[in-house]
Amino acid sequence: MIKTASKIPLPGDLAMWVLILAELSVFALLFITYAVSRQLNPELFFNGQQLLHPIAGSLITIALLSASFFVAQSVNFYHQVKPRLAAASMWLAILCGLVYLVIKNWEYQQLIEQGIGLSTDSFFTYYYLLTIFHMFHVILGLGLLTYVAINLMKENWREGNILESISSYWHMVDLVWLILFPLLYLVH
Amino acid sequence: MKFQSQSVAKPYFIAAIALFVGQIIFGLVMGLQYVIGDFLFPAIPFNVARMVHTNLLIIWLLFGFMGSAYYLIPEESETELFSPKLAIALFWIFLAAAVLTVIGYLAVPYATLAHITGNDYLPTMGREFLEMPTITKVGVVIVCLGFLFNICMTVLKGRKTAISMIMIMGQVGLAVFFLFSFYNPENLILDKIFWWWVVHLWVEGVWELIMGSILAFVLIKTTGVDREIIEKWLYMIIAMALITGILGTGHHYFWIGTPEYWQIIGSVFSAMEPIPFFMMTLFAFNMVNQRRREHPNKVAVLWALGTAVMAFLGAGVWGFLHTLAPVNYFTHGTQITAAHGHMAFFGAYVMIVLTMISYSMPLMRGRAAANSKKAQTVEMWSFWLMTVSMVFITLFLTGAGILQIYLQRMGDNPESFMVVQQKIEIFYWLREAAGVMFFIGLLTYVTSFFVKGDEAKA
Repeated sequence: MIKTASKIPLPGDLAMWVLILAELSVFALLFITYAVSRQLNPELFFNGQQLLHPIAGSLITIALLSASFFVAQSVNFYHQVKPRLAAASMWLAILCGLVYLVIKNWEYQQLIEQGIGLSTDSFFTYYYLLTIFHMFHVILGLGLLTYVAINLMKENWREGNILESISSYWHMVDLVWLILFPLLYLVH
Repeated sequence: MKFQSQSVAKPYFIAAIALFVGQIIFGLVMGLQYVIGDFLFPAIPFNVARMVHTNLLIIWLLFGFMGSAYYLIPEESETELFSPKLAIALFWIFLAAAVLTVIGYLAVPYATLAHITGNDYLPTMGREFLEMPTITKVGVVIVCLGFLFNICMTVLKGRKTAISMIMIMGQVGLAVFFLFSFYNPENLILDKIFWWWVVHLWVEGVWELIMGSILAFVLIKTTGVDREIIEKWLYMIIAMALITGILGTGHHYFWIGTPEYWQIIGSVFSAMEPIPFFMMTLFAFNMVNQRRREHPNKVAVLWALGTAVMAFLGAGVWGFLHTLAPVNYFTHGTQITAAHGHMAFFGAYVMIVLTMISYSMPLMRGRAAANSKKAQTVEMWSFWLMTVSMVFITLFLTGAGILQIYLQRMGDNPESFMVVQQKIEIFYWLREAAGVMFFIGLLTYVTSFFVKGDEAKA
C-alpha cells in the first residue's frame, strides 16, 4: 500500500527555500565544472590535493556540523519557549562558525606562504574560488545568526518564521561544505 | 490618472517613440549595408549607421525609463511629483542633447566631432555604445541627477512602497554605472573591463530592477492582485537578478586578457541568469491567472505577458546559448551575439517601455481606463507584427551565426571573415525582409494612437 506523504509544514519562508535552491544550483554548477576539469587533468588535481591539510578540513567539518547542531537546538528551544537557552545555543553556533573562519584563514595563509595563489594552476583556481565563495556564505550566515541571537535575547521576540528561515539558510551553507570537503580534500 | 503631475511622462513617451522610429530606419539602412556595402556611401557609412542605431536605442529607452518613473512614482507615493517644471526642463535639455548628438554623427566625420566637442580635454569617445561626445555624456549625468533628485524628493514626501524603492534603486544604479563611461584607462584590457561595468551592469543588472518594478506596477493595476503577493515575487526576482547578474559580468571577461578564473565565474553565474527572467514569466502569467478584475486595457496586459516571455527567450535562452566559456570560445563576436542582442533588447527593454506606455498613455490622454476597442485591435496587430518579426530577425541571425562559426572557426580549412560574409548573405537578406516587417509593425503601432472610437469597457 502506498502511503501518502504526511503534510509537514515548510520550516521558514518559501522565499528562503527559493533562494536556497538557487544557491545550491550555483554550487552544483561549480561542482560540475570542477568535475569536468578534474577529469581532463587528473594528475594536476591529485598533486594539488596533496598540498591541502585534510586534518584542517576535518576540523572545519566538525566546527560546521556543531554549528548546525546548535542552530537546530536553538530552534527547538525557541519552540519550547525557552528564549534564554535558544539565545545561548545560537551564540554557541556563532562561536563554532568563528572557529571555521580561523582555521580556514590559517589554511589560506599556509598556502600563500608557499606561493600558491588563485592563478597557480586550475586545481587551485577551483580551490580558492569554491572555498572563498563558500566562506562568503558563512560570513553572511554568521551575520544573520548574530541578528537572530541578539533578538532571541529579548524575552518577547516571537518571529519563528525569520528564525526558521535563517536556520535553514545556515544548514544549506553547512550542507555545501559537506560536499565541498570530500570533493577538494579527499577524493583522489 | 490619479495625479496631475504624472502627465509629465507624456512628452518623454512621445520622444521615445519618435526616436524608436529613427532607430529602426537606421537599422534598416545598416541591414542593407550588410549585403550592399556601399549603400548610401559616403553620406552614411556603415559605422555611422550602426552608431546611430545603437545609440538611439539607448537614448530612447532612457526616455522611456524616465517617463515610466515620472508616471509610476507619484502614483505609488500617493502625492504629486516634487517638481513637474524641473521634469519638463530636463526633458527639453535631454532631447536637445540627443538630437544635436545624432546631427553631429551624421553631419561631420566622427573624428571632427570629437575634436569640436573637446574630446581632447577628457577623452571618452570611440567606444562601442558610448560613442557620444563627452559633453553629451556630461549632459546625461546632469539630466540623471535632476531626475533622481525629483523622484527621490517625491518618494520622501509620500508613501514608500517596494515598487518605488526598487525603481529608485534601478535608476540610481543606472546613473552610477554610467559614470564608468568617463573612465578611459590607457590599458585596453582595463578599458574593456570597466566598459562592461556600464554595458553589462546596466542590461543584466540595474535595468532588470527597473523592468521588474514597471512590470509589478502594471500587473497590480491591471489584475488587482494583492500588493503583498506581487511584492514578494518582485523581491525574489530582483534578488536572483543581482545574485546572478553581478558576477555574471565575468562572461564578458573570457578572451580579453583577464585571468583564466573568469571563465569559471562567468560561465557558472551567467548560466543562472535565465532564472530571474523565467521567474518573471511565471510571475506575469500567475498574476494574470489570479486576476480579480477584467481590466478594459487588454493590450497593456498583452504587452506585459509578451515582455515576460520575450525577455526570457531573448535574454535568457539566447544568452545562455553562448555564455559558457567552451561554447563562447567559438561564438564570441559572431552573429550569435547580434541575434541575442536583438531579441534581448526588444523582449526585455523595448517591450517593458511599450507596456508602460500602453497602460499609461490612454490615462494621460484623458480616457477613463483604456483606448477604444478599435485602437486596441490596431495596437495588438502591431504587437504581433513586431514580435513575430523580431523572432524571425533572431532566427535568421542565429542561422547566419551558426554558419559563420562553422565556416570561419571550425574544420580543417577555416575561411576568412569576408569570404564567409559573402556565403551567409542569404540570411542577411532574410533578416532585412523581417526588418521591413518590423518597421511596418512599428508604423502600425504609431497609427494606433490616432485611431478613434468609443472607449472599451471591461
